[in-house]
Amino acid sequence: MVEKIQPGDAIHPGKPVTVDRYGPAARANHWITALSLILLGISGLALFTPSLYFLTGLFGSGQNTRAVHPWIGVVLFLSFFVFFFQLWRANLPERVDIVWLSKIRDLLSGHEENLPELGKYNAGQKFIFWGMTALILVLIASGVVIWEQYFAEYFSIPARRVAVLAHSVAAVLIICIFILHVYAAIWTRGTLQAMTRGTVTGGWAWRHHRKWLRELAGQRKTGPAE
Amino acid sequence: MDSPRTAVSNPPTQPMASNLGPGDLIRRSATAELPPPTRKLTEVAKLIDVSKCIGCKACQSACVEWNDTHPAVGENVGAYENPHDLTENMFTLMRFTEWVNPETDSLEWLIRKDGCMHCADPGCLKACPAPGAIVQYSNGIVDFIHENCIGCGYCVKGCPFNIPRISKADHRSYKCTLCSDRVAVGQGPACAKACPTGAIVFGTKADMIKHAEGRITDLKSRGYANAGLYDPPGVGGTHVMYVLHHNDKPHIYANLPDDPKISPLVQGWKGVTKYVGIAAMSMMAVGSVIHGVFARPNRVAAEDEENAEKLVEGKPVPPPNHATTSEGR
Ligand code: SF4
Ligand code: SF4
Ligand code: SF4
Repeated sequence: MVEKIQPGDAIHPGKPVTVDRYGPAARANHWITALSLILLGISGLALFTPSLYFLTGLFGSGQNTRAVHPWIGVVLFLSFFVFFFQLWRANLPERVDIVWLSKIRDLLSGHEENLPELGKYNAGQKFIFWGMTALILVLIASGVVIWEQYFAEYFSIPARRVAVLAHSVAAVLIICIFILHVYAAIWTRGTLQAMTRGTVTGGWAWRHHRKWLRELAGQRKTGPAE
Repeated sequence: MDSPRTAVSNPPTQPMASNLGPGDLIRRSATAELPPPTRKLTEVAKLIDVSKCIGCKACQSACVEWNDTHPAVGENVGAYENPHDLTENMFTLMRFTEWVNPETDSLEWLIRKDGCMHCADPGCLKACPAPGAIVQYSNGIVDFIHENCIGCGYCVKGCPFNIPRISKADHRSYKCTLCSDRVAVGQGPACAKACPTGAIVFGTKADMIKHAEGRITDLKSRGYANAGLYDPPGVGGTHVMYVLHHNDKPHIYANLPDDPKISPLVQGWKGVTKYVGIAAMSMMAVGSVIHGVFARPNRVAAEDEENAEKLVEGKPVPPPNHATTSEGR
């Protein structure tokens, strides 16, 4: 089965070749999600450990921090899940992901040519995608249970204790995945522009996602030259 | 001036300065480095003798009066509890249980004055994320400092007795103060002072334990073989204690916990999760920075761009590496 090409992905010949990777809607969603996640991280960490309580100052007060955090969570949940439906197909795991993962050392030591050719996402990106998906589900569900203003009273105190523990463990994990995601995008030069301009260079696609590039070229999804 | 010894004395007519200050704090929520207390006050306690309580609710009225709370007008749902639960406007509540003693087959009407137990090891304080929203004085009183409270409800999860209530109006947590403002000026709690039967007494914790012993001896002589003092060790003892006629089964008194402890979930949340979590997040961040500084970035080579251009122009490019490329899902 050939990986379905995502609508909107297209090649523009030129020097260098540019490849459309994310349309404006996906990018907008990505940045809303990113901003929400950062604000949630700051406000959540402020209530997670007293040494970071001073971060509540960014929101005006502890009371404000407590009040806005869950609402930002709702924004994150909605924007992430629009984003989710744009990306999930291309993130389904494949056998090649196991081969790729088994050679991850080659990637880190600069021998990416030893790794298999990949579609739009590599195993690391898929891990981040599904990890975020699962953790956001845990966070929204547990977050509702401990949302004091509206919902906490509908749950027993033992249930709220489970929820607050699950919420903090999931938050720690998602922050770790977030750091991994940001760092991987920085380390792999040329990646950030996929989320700013929406395009990557042909060389970037050839190097990291050659199967995706071949498919785009093969299906002649070639846009007009720039 | 040390802690008051009784709730029955009347206050002097002259104004008095508060005797509970920052130097009396032995714990302060979300505060790691609390200066040691400047003196040690004698521990106080309120002793509630369930066997003497007639359920008149004078204590509830006194509490509302003293704390100037405004409970809503109640609604009769066929139970004696009024209101039906503790609220941010009702810090203490008489809970009524009709219990048939299986040994004697007689009905016993158990009336327990519910409210904060002023635990020596307070779960509410342990859970609270806001610096100084919950404090514990060296006399044993656990007090909520409302201006520091952020209304998160963590104290509700931390408390083993289901005591704190968050106001929907001002988003702050409320509970019995053990009348810290009265104790600070040498007075006992309002509820103890109002009790017409002497079921609520107040004094030093040592005196209250001694007083309870007398009551327990009396109850035993009247056939309550399991009478005893409820001062649960799981929370380090409490500064509100009960004399129970059936101390072998506290749960019959409207679900008073048999062996209250701070939940292991709360301990795990505030303990290992916090330390391991912070370590993990810091390691990720520091590891990324180190890798970013010392490792070579993964850059696209000029050759990659050339290959992409050839591919797009339809010129021959290196073929897919079939040994390592999967042909399908
Ligand atoms: S509601 Fe207030 S007192 Fe309770 S844990 Fe939160 S900040 Fe502390
Ligand atoms: S009974 Fe609950 S609210 Fe009172 S001191 Fe103990 S833990 Fe805190
Ligand atoms: S000690 Fe004071 S605050 Fe607590 S129940 Fe009695 S009157 Fe109310």
